[in-house]
Amino acid sequence: MAAPVAFFALFFAWPVVSIVERGLRVDGAWQFGRFGETLSRPEILDVLWFTCWQALASTGLTLLIALPGAYVFARFDFPGKGLLRAVVTVPFVMPTVMVGTAFLALVGRGGLLDGLWGVRLDTTVWAILIAHVFFNYAVVVRTVGGLWAQLDPRQEEAARVLGASRWRAWRTVTLPALAPSVAAAALMVFLFTASSFAVVQILGGSTYSTLETEIYRQTVVRFDLTTAAVLTMVQFAAVGLVLVVHARTVRRRETALKLVAPEQTARRPRGAGQWALFAGVLLSVALLIVLPLGVLVERSFATSHGYGFDYYRALRTPDPSGTFLVPLLDTIGNSLRYAVVATLIALVVGGLAAAALTRRAGRLVRGFDALLMLPLGVSAVTVGFGFLITLDEPPLDLRASWILVPLAQALVGVPFVVRTMLPVLRAVDERLREAAAVLGASPWRAWREVDLPLVRRALLIAAGFAFAVSLGEFGATVFIARPDSPTLPVAVARLLGRPGELNYGQAMALSTILMVVCAVSLLLLERLRTERTSGEF
Amino acid sequence: MSIKKSAAVALVAALGVTGLAACGAEDGEKAAGPSGAPAPKTVTLVSHDSFNASKEVLAAFTQQTGFTVKVLKSGDAGEAVNKEILTKGAPQGDVFFGVDNTLLSRALDNGIFVPYEAKGLDRVPAAYQLDKEHRVTPIDSGDICVNYDKKYFADKKLAPPVTFDDLAKPAYKDLLVVENPERSSPGLGFLLGTAAKYGDDGWQDYWSKLKANGVKTVDSWELAYNQEFSGSAGGKKAKGDRPLVVSYASSPPVEVLYGEPQPKEAPTGVSTGTCFRQTEFAGLLNGAKNPEGGKALIDFLISKKFQEDMPLQMFVNPVAKDAALPELFTKHGVVVGKPETMAPEKIAEKRDPWIQQWSSLVLK
Repeated sequence: MAAPVAFFALFFAWPVVSIVERGLRVDGAWQFGRFGETLSRPEILDVLWFTCWQALASTGLTLLIALPGAYVFARFDFPGKGLLRAVVTVPFVMPTVMVGTAFLALVGRGGLLDGLWGVRLDTTVWAILIAHVFFNYAVVVRTVGGLWAQLDPRQEEAARVLGASRWRAWRTVTLPALAPSVAAAALMVFLFTASSFAVVQILGGSTYSTLETEIYRQTVVRFDLTTAAVLTMVQFAAVGLVLVVHARTVRRRETALKLVAPEQTARRPRGAGQWALFAGVLLSVALLIVLPLGVLVERSFATSHGYGFDYYRALRTPDPSGTFLVPLLDTIGNSLRYAVVATLIALVVGGLAAAALTRRAGRLVRGFDALLMLPLGVSAVTVGFGFLITLDEPPLDLRASWILVPLAQALVGVPFVVRTMLPVLRAVDERLREAAAVLGASPWRAWREVDLPLVRRALLIAAGFAFAVSLGEFGATVFIARPDSPTLPVAVARLLGRPGELNYGQAMALSTILMVVCAVSLLLLERLRTERTSGEF
Repeated sequence: MSIKKSAAVALVAALGVTGLAACGAEDGEKAAGPSGAPAPKTVTLVSHDSFNASKEVLAAFTQQTGFTVKVLKSGDAGEAVNKEILTKGAPQGDVFFGVDNTLLSRALDNGIFVPYEAKGLDRVPAAYQLDKEHRVTPIDSGDICVNYDKKYFADKKLAPPVTFDDLAKPAYKDLLVVENPERSSPGLGFLLGTAAKYGDDGWQDYWSKLKANGVKTVDSWELAYNQEFSGSAGGKKAKGDRPLVVSYASSPPVEVLYGEPQPKEAPTGVSTGTCFRQTEFAGLLNGAKNPEGGKALIDFLISKKFQEDMPLQMFVNPVAKDAALPELFTKHGVVVGKPETMAPEKIAEKRDPWIQQWSSLVLK
């Protein structure tokens, strides 16, 4: 418990509190009057309103589209399942600038929809909502699907044997078991979409702004730290409220579940209904995820003289201007190194936190549970600027240190680890632990023998998330990555920031490589799971 | 505070991060030279994301002075300046490079720099030296101008626009895409250019005309140039349909440099009567840990060697009189005779109200 608390206090709470204080206390006097004044400005109210409803709409739409997907991934067995599961996670690592480009190619002027039906969605709110589904599909599939695959289907079958209708059996047996993980997924999607920055900026044009883009504007453009601090407090309050509601609903529903190996629950689709569901999910994945990514791949091969590997070959040679002091291919290694370190930190911190939270504890600990989620909902600009004014003295002058990158990345990874592991950990029957203790096992041994085998799968799913988040993370990295070791997304952004065909083509090629690296890494993680755990259930 | 800090150090150690220090091995100061001389000291240059310099040039600095340059990129130009203001007194490095005339007053008023008169400053024309106290030293300049798609205008047998006035003419209806001045520095430069041209009370009128003439606004240079503009490589793939875009006077040579294969002639041109001049400065940071190294670095930034390296690194023009432009620029670039300019103090005063007026005029 101590380590996660210290980590959270030092790398999140302290920087954020410091920067807010800097904004709210000018020349020693607190500026509380600014709350009323700021919050009564009509443009700020517009921003708050838009932030809320687009996040709610995005979350609803994501659940609607992704829950059937979670079911298919959990309960159906089909060839290429592992690959497809990796593919739906790829959007997570994609630099948003690239995704904006891809979506504009689909829904923008001259895009696919425009060509087929004359429909254009750019600068409409639909483009934002669809892009949010694209980004967050994997959150639902992985968090909900992870638990769903381990629910024993025989419980539902038993209910049906006892005379319950299919619907009633599902509603009374499966739904309550799934509820905590659905709520967790919805919460994460909500926090992500409420604090979505680049998607809104790219696809919303100059028309839409959210609390997040407004905080950026006030901090970076206007340098009005007081208004930014007020907005940050509002963001805090809103996220806090969401977390409290969430904690209430989840706690009521949590019960010990009978968990089984996912291999036992999945089978081939049977009957027309199941095949239709299966086909529908595949179609939605193809349209929403594979197609936008495909556009980027296509462009990475489209040279001025037909399709070819020219841009990929160019990645191996140093840049003609010498901007990138190393061949661009080296950026893959940099990205992977950062991601591995960040994943380890997130697993250690998140794992310890989840273990501490599972043991029944008081209100304080439950509050901490909610606190760990805060980084998902709080502006990256606030955290970044906070780092600058707090971590500024030796031995903790981390501003120029490479470790700042994985630390900042882990901050976003930890909530995933906690959220993915908690439902599973809490579902473990307490009597198993008690039995182990009675038989003389130390708490550590009991955890290792009882909890670990059951949560190993969740742990790996969480690691996959943390890894993907870190691999694609851009905000913290751009401000620290040194010119001699840029990460892959940073290199992509720099390439896109310059005119010229070669730069554009190489940006597309690098993004394609990023997708492949991500998919392969996730596949390896999955492989790890099956090999290690096959004999244990 | 110190308790928290030591707790953190213990935590970082406990997390086993130290074992992975190999990742950061290149982070430390360079090892001693072959002669066994003491390791050269490091001087840290804080800059925005667009900073670039070639390896040879930085190595030459180390050879001349014994200092190794460590570069810390700190976000886009505005973000980087704000971060220096926030960390005033305990700066992230020794020298800051990349504050331009649109942000200069904010930086100077907040006192993040200490005066230093660079050696060789007499080679830099007085027009660039905007701070008489030498708290900042001019390093480069660049012009923000409308670029046009040569092929589009050739196909239409239409002369490309040259001046601000031209852009509002019916012949160029629905052709121009600009960046939001609030979110993008070329966008801001273009707005300031129109304000310099038409005066404090005249630019709103001009923009009303531009709006009536179908100007399109997007949030970033990347979107405008790579997505909407029909003349760039990205824009062609994205089926961009705007043959006029706000970009830089140096963009055409860069299109040539990164052509695949390199074209004989730039695919884009510059409307030379639509330009606003940006000058970038460097300064010694207040509280620098290595002021001697910092001073040497500022001297170096205006040396012929660095100045001649810049154009192909950052696509800007040198300010030193003795620095020659690369052939790429002389062959494919343009000379902007009379760019619009504006005093930094005036920009500081008008920037926010103008952006607000612009938003309600153009976006609503």
